[in-house]
Amino acid sequence: MGKYILKRLGISVGILLVVMFIIYALLRSLPASYVETMAIQLSQAPGAKPYDVWVTQLNEQYGLNVGLVQGYFVQLKNLLTGNFGDSWKFAVPVTQKFSQVIGISFVMGAIALVLEILIAVPLGILAASKQYSRRDYAITAGALIGISLPTFFFATVLKLVFSVKLGWFDLFGLVGRDYPNLSPWGKFWDMAAHLVLPIITLVVVSVGSLMRHTRTNMLEVLQADYIRTARAKGLRNRRVILNHAFRNTLIPLVTIIGGSLPGLFAGALITETLFAIPGIGYTSYQAMVAGDIPFSMFYLTFLAALTLLGNLLSDILYAVVDPRVRLG
Amino acid sequence: MPNEKDQQNLPLEDDRRIKTLSPGTLTARRFFRNRLAVAGLVILTMMFLFSFVGGALIPYGQEQVFYRQELQQKAFAGVSVNEAFRFHPAPGQTIDPVLQAQMLLALQRKQESLSYQNTRYTLGQTGTDFYEISVGDSLIGFACKDIFYGQVMGNAFHYRVLKAYANGQTSVGEYRLQDGGVYRGDQQLGQISRLIVQARAEGVQISQSFRRQVADAIENDKKTFTYEEKGKSRTFTLSYEPTGKLWSVKEETLTRVWDAYASPSRAHPLGTDKNGMDMLTRLMYGGRVSLVIGFLVVLISGTIGMVLGGVAGYFGGWVDNLIMRVVDVFYCVPSTPVLIILGAAMDALRVEPQKRMLLLMLILGLLGWPGIARLLRGQILSLREQEFMTATESSGLRVSRRIFRHLLPNVIPQLIVVCTMSLGSTILTEATLSFLGLGVKFPFASWGNIMNDVSNAHVLTSYWFVWLPAGICLVLAVLGFNFVGDGLRDAFDPKMKR
Repeated sequence: MGKYILKRLGISVGILLVVMFIIYALLRSLPASYVETMAIQLSQAPGAKPYDVWVTQLNEQYGLNVGLVQGYFVQLKNLLTGNFGDSWKFAVPVTQKFSQVIGISFVMGAIALVLEILIAVPLGILAASKQYSRRDYAITAGALIGISLPTFFFATVLKLVFSVKLGWFDLFGLVGRDYPNLSPWGKFWDMAAHLVLPIITLVVVSVGSLMRHTRTNMLEVLQADYIRTARAKGLRNRRVILNHAFRNTLIPLVTIIGGSLPGLFAGALITETLFAIPGIGYTSYQAMVAGDIPFSMFYLTFLAALTLLGNLLSDILYAVVDPRVRLG
Repeated sequence: MPNEKDQQNLPLEDDRRIKTLSPGTLTARRFFRNRLAVAGLVILTMMFLFSFVGGALIPYGQEQVFYRQELQQKAFAGVSVNEAFRFHPAPGQTIDPVLQAQMLLALQRKQESLSYQNTRYTLGQTGTDFYEISVGDSLIGFACKDIFYGQVMGNAFHYRVLKAYANGQTSVGEYRLQDGGVYRGDQQLGQISRLIVQARAEGVQISQSFRRQVADAIENDKKTFTYEEKGKSRTFTLSYEPTGKLWSVKEETLTRVWDAYASPSRAHPLGTDKNGMDMLTRLMYGGRVSLVIGFLVVLISGTIGMVLGGVAGYFGGWVDNLIMRVVDVFYCVPSTPVLIILGAAMDALRVEPQKRMLLLMLILGLLGWPGIARLLRGQILSLREQEFMTATESSGLRVSRRIFRHLLPNVIPQLIVVCTMSLGSTILTEATLSFLGLGVKFPFASWGNIMNDVSNAHVLTSYWFVWLPAGICLVLAVLGFNFVGDGLRDAFDPKMKR
């Protein structure tokens, strides 16, 4: 197994390098709007150097004056030595900005994931245990509605109902207006209140796919021979479902959930942007729209690495959980 | 096909008594037995009719702007009461500003005389707020707060009339004074008043009669007054502004404005948007854009996915390896951020809306194929090992025939299911991008960019008809595709019993 993991890691690194090159090429071939805007601003100052000079100087400063391939290797060398550069938009080192904003994204993602599991797994099992019942239809339809809901629409409806009409929560932001004057507990509750709507949005929009996975797997397991045996033994339905079937559904569920763990660090780009929660998603949205190449490059690479890690993790977990599977 | 009566007459063992159903019919039966799938089909049919037939039937165009006449209060004039003395030097005399200031000081202190530049001036009150200024015995001018508006008659006339007015006389010489009006015989020469009327609107000149009307209205504390001019009657409203101590005269004028955010009415069942365009029409055309983009994108990604997945699965070996590594790479490229970056770049390049829509479809298509390719490859890889494929090989069929007649028909069900499901998700992605302002752009409508207006908090709270219908359409369309896709998946599955 150690050998397998090493091999997979090797392939992953190779894929990551190619993905990074694609990302770098993409970012480089964009109109360098950020540099140009900055050059226009700088050249308009009284007695400043002309625009062309500024563009050349800025390109040189940001390492944009070398060729694509050469630039990529320079970038790569910087990354390997732990130098991720400075964000153009936020004017601080990329890693500093990243460590400031990753926490809240992780907290949001983790709470949402726990809630998703708590909702999706029992409901999925309920639906599968009596296929084509009214309950099954309701749960399946609910899951599909969740999948079909556009994040921005659902978030808007939530805002209208809970922020505008009922006035329970603020429309935007992570902290309220009088946050600095609150006691430590008050601060905690203030933040928690601001996270309620984003987390509801996240859960509702993504709970459906886990629910469907659970239902499909459960249905498959329920057709297995050992379930028939268990029923033939005269076990109560409850025991068949919970002890015999559920344990076997856990195998694919654990791999799916395990594979989604690295995604907790990816942040929720759309949701965070809609609620102006200063997490990694919203921050990188601002950076990307502003054409901030170092930050975008870092974020995209980070996301690619997380995806690879997730795939690897779910494959390994599959072998760990299911003794029939041998990796090699 | 024998009818039921004939069937009953047939002997029991006759083959014709057994209904045989083709696999297609069986699949269709399974599909139509699924209530959710049928609901999805109904929703989709309605959405298509709404977007394509509705858009053709509705009398309005997608970019047709509606106007309304609106009564707007436009400032016409400002009126204030003169509180300062005005100096009227006699002919040949001057009273310079410094002297004026000195005199005002003296008047405030109730002094009767003052010295300025070795000259002694005396201020003699000869009426209410009326002072005569003299040096020695000669009169060099006068100061008063009343103002005469009217024909230019010279300083002596002003002196006589204003003095008489300040003393409350009704006549002086051949002139008659009545309510501030100055008459010679029946002819009115002008008007004495403390009100200063200044034009606020461009190109407006304040006439005598208008001034009189205003003075009259203020005196009688009227809120509105009408003024006849060249046979036209105009209505003005008068309001007092305590902070500036002045009255403002406003005129109501009919102005043609965009009929923005009109509430639902018979002409506009869903109201109008911020540009005064009919919401229902935009919604229909938006549906066209969203659905067409969805279909074209899935067509692109489905074709690429099918070809590459098929090739990889059928040939295996290094071809498979190569293609699957490409799939891995594409899988890893984070699609949402890439779409956002490309959208922002197109913003910066000012790509035309039409070209932009095409590019968007291409990009979405190119990002969507790896999932389809991976699924098909897996299917084909397992099908290739089955006996029926060995049979086609041993019976010496051509490769193309083996692939297209025997292999591909077996993966079509999976392809249809995954394409239906990805139609829904493509429409969602497009809508999200358009919502963020990075996808389909004005003047084209899409369900996402119609909802974009909701970032304006006022629209969110007050104009539900601008964003709610678009969101509901979007949810319904995506839900329809998902219901149908889910139903098809179950229907195609031969293991399903029902």
